[in-house]
Amino acid sequence: METTTSIPIWKRIWDRLGILGAIIILVLIGIVVSFIQNQQVTTAVLSSTIRQSTPLVLGALCGLIGERTGIINIGIEGQMLMAAFIGYLANVYIGQLGVFSVGMTLFLAALIGIATGALLGLLLAFMSVTLKMDQIIGGTVINILAIGITGYFYQVGLTTQGKLQPIALGRLADIPLVGPVLFDNPPITYITLILVVVVHYMLFYTRWGLRSRAVGEYPSAADTVGINVYLMRYVNTTIAGGFAGLAGVFLTLEAVGSFERLMTNGRGFVALAVMIFGKWTPFGAWGAALLFGFATAMQTQFQFMGNLTIPHQFIGMLPYLLTIVVLAGFVGRSRPPAAEGIPYEKE
Amino acid sequence: MIIKDAPIVLETKGMTKRFPGVLANDHVDLKLHKGEILALLGENGAGKSTLMNMIYGLYHPDEGEIWIKGEKVRLNDPGDAIARGVGMVHQHFQLVPVMTVAENVMLGAEITRGLYLDQRTAVTKVHELSMQYGLEVDPTAVIEDLPVGTQQRVEIIKALYRNADILILDEPTAVLTPQEAHELFRIMNDLTEQGVSIIFITHKLKEVLAVADRVGVLRGGKYVGTADPKTATEASLAELMVGRKVILQVDKAKAQPGEPVLKVSDLVVKDDRDQIAVDGLSLEVHAGEILGVAGVQGNGQREFVEALTGLRPVVSGKAVIAGQDITHAPPRTITELGVAHIPEDREKHGLVMPYTLADNMVLNRYYQKPYANGIILNQEKIDQDGAALVEKYDVRTPSVYTPASSLSGGNKQKVIVAREFSREMKLLIANQPTRGIDVGSIEFIHNQIVAQRDEGVAVLLVSAELDEVLGLADRVAVIFDGRIVKTLSIAEATRERVGLLMAGSDA
Repeated sequence: METTTSIPIWKRIWDRLGILGAIIILVLIGIVVSFIQNQQVTTAVLSSTIRQSTPLVLGALCGLIGERTGIINIGIEGQMLMAAFIGYLANVYIGQLGVFSVGMTLFLAALIGIATGALLGLLLAFMSVTLKMDQIIGGTVINILAIGITGYFYQVGLTTQGKLQPIALGRLADIPLVGPVLFDNPPITYITLILVVVVHYMLFYTRWGLRSRAVGEYPSAADTVGINVYLMRYVNTTIAGGFAGLAGVFLTLEAVGSFERLMTNGRGFVALAVMIFGKWTPFGAWGAALLFGFATAMQTQFQFMGNLTIPHQFIGMLPYLLTIVVLAGFVGRSRPPAAEGIPYEKE
Repeated sequence: MIIKDAPIVLETKGMTKRFPGVLANDHVDLKLHKGEILALLGENGAGKSTLMNMIYGLYHPDEGEIWIKGEKVRLNDPGDAIARGVGMVHQHFQLVPVMTVAENVMLGAEITRGLYLDQRTAVTKVHELSMQYGLEVDPTAVIEDLPVGTQQRVEIIKALYRNADILILDEPTAVLTPQEAHELFRIMNDLTEQGVSIIFITHKLKEVLAVADRVGVLRGGKYVGTADPKTATEASLAELMVGRKVILQVDKAKAQPGEPVLKVSDLVVKDDRDQIAVDGLSLEVHAGEILGVAGVQGNGQREFVEALTGLRPVVSGKAVIAGQDITHAPPRTITELGVAHIPEDREKHGLVMPYTLADNMVLNRYYQKPYANGIILNQEKIDQDGAALVEKYDVRTPSVYTPASSLSGGNKQKVIVAREFSREMKLLIANQPTRGIDVGSIEFIHNQIVAQRDEGVAVLLVSAELDEVLGLADRVAVIFDGRIVKTLSIAEATRERVGLLMAGSDA
């Protein structure tokens, strides 16, 4: 009776790791070769890759936590922008109180930014779950809201006491190439790497993860075994909003140190592409974000070199061209969670 | 076992449930004894599913009481029902397709060590249950790779894993092949021997007589009677269920075959996984006859029918309808040749679920006069004719503006039949035309098919129900492994002979 085809184990390992392993080895070889040729540029490009990828990873995590539970979030951009803005204002005004140290101020500001993202996540959940609105519209509402509010309240000339500084991890930071790239980063960058692992573990190895994925794939199956579909969606979309919030405060509290209008510059949407490219998995998203980060870093590097005859617009296209090539050729058929975007109705 | 002496494990008293415009359950009293199989019989829309959903806590009764194991209970959600030992296998399986058997079984009642989801223990537990109750299944298999019969076993294991001793099976055989159904009955008997009580919802009379200890019948939301399968007959049950005498045997005159309408030679078609599914199939259907294609599901029937109707590309071979080569023709060309198609999956290929009945009735001619004038639809005419067809084909619906999705299976099928039959046709291709629908509707559809034959239409009937093929067809072609292995006249086609041919042995 059983017709399940059993694939040999070596083939399964190759399917899972073979191509991936080959790519990783090629990339490592490339890095070593380039490092031997030019130490400084290689280190700079790789550090920049990590920095550029951080908000994308966080945004993609936000997207995938939501979509795994069945809520499409195209409002990541807005959540990031609003969190960046509120986090920045918090940094400014808490700093002006003069009660807390610079570090404490930044910590509180970051928390407030994360809460801002989470609150917008809650709003998205309310629109998608309770009001059963079209989720694309719900996300658009958040984007427009964020652009409007941050643009309107933005003031020039606010000053802060500083931004999050790199923390060198002792002797590890002294290793050539690896040290400066991986072990000499500001806190949110470290946290992001930890979060990738945490979200992966939570999603695939815990009760919460199993239930979340069931709710995103086949909500009525979850409902009939007594899982509260609506509650799961509310909770996850809100938590996910916190991730976008962290991406936002990364921009204003860690990377740049100040706020500018529309400073997220489409990163929320690129994060969505990263999520899809990563096949809705945290590690996949991380790898995809590194690729995007790398393309952006290369673009900057090319511009620094200066003696290029190609117009800089073409170099600016690099990350996006890369997206198209990779999405078209490498990803293959990736399958989104089956129930995403569909409001759940009990019969 | 003398069931009547066994204690009552479940009882409903005066259960009533109203939906807008319908009284779905009208003071239903039901008793279930320990270790018995109670068949709950009723037409589509008789209120069986509503009653079961209330016992499972998915719906809340407007009136009435539920007693489980001598205790009056209030069930707010399925969790409450599960806690009291009620398990339900839904007609549409509630399994997450991309997850494994073990994951699906433990979902909602996970085994964990701290945060960690203990897959290994779950796999062991599923394996133990499958051994204990004779439910063969691989705990690590992914659901979407499993055949329906196995998926159903997973559903049963899911209930047993939650310590269910009252099991509700909602039309469990509707999606099964005869072999799978037979296997299910064996499992049901094993379960009752181990003290599980089963409510078995169905409208297939043969099954009731074969497996039930007691039969309860619902009609129009009311509990109309209890029957003893030892003394009841198919006819008496059908009468109780429908409320009038039902003729189960199709009454038809001898066929008057004419010219061949459909000629298929050496057809080769691939399935979704790119494997050869139809492998050199040849057959002919003449005007005025019904050719029944009998075979176990999955022997290429679906691919064959899809190729004939233009829904699937043909690799090689030839199909000719009414003298015209349609091997590579698009569906509309084939439709316009006078081909009517009752698809296997009425919800996927038969109807547009969110559309109104009226719109569904013109899906095969909406672009023609009088329903369209250029690019403008004549909605008034569509609705008018829809209403006439609803009347003529006895579709039970509040109005023609009702979306197709809210009709019962039998009524959906009637809509398709109404649409396909209300047009000039030369060839009728009916794939599983009565799957999962009630006796009343089956009788109606069978009579319609015979009437078309008598008008001179060639009918290709594909069905996994041997009774249906033997009852309707004038000739029987047996399909096995993508080919017709034998064509028999109805006189030669005994159950045994066709059964052997279906199993691949050349009798």
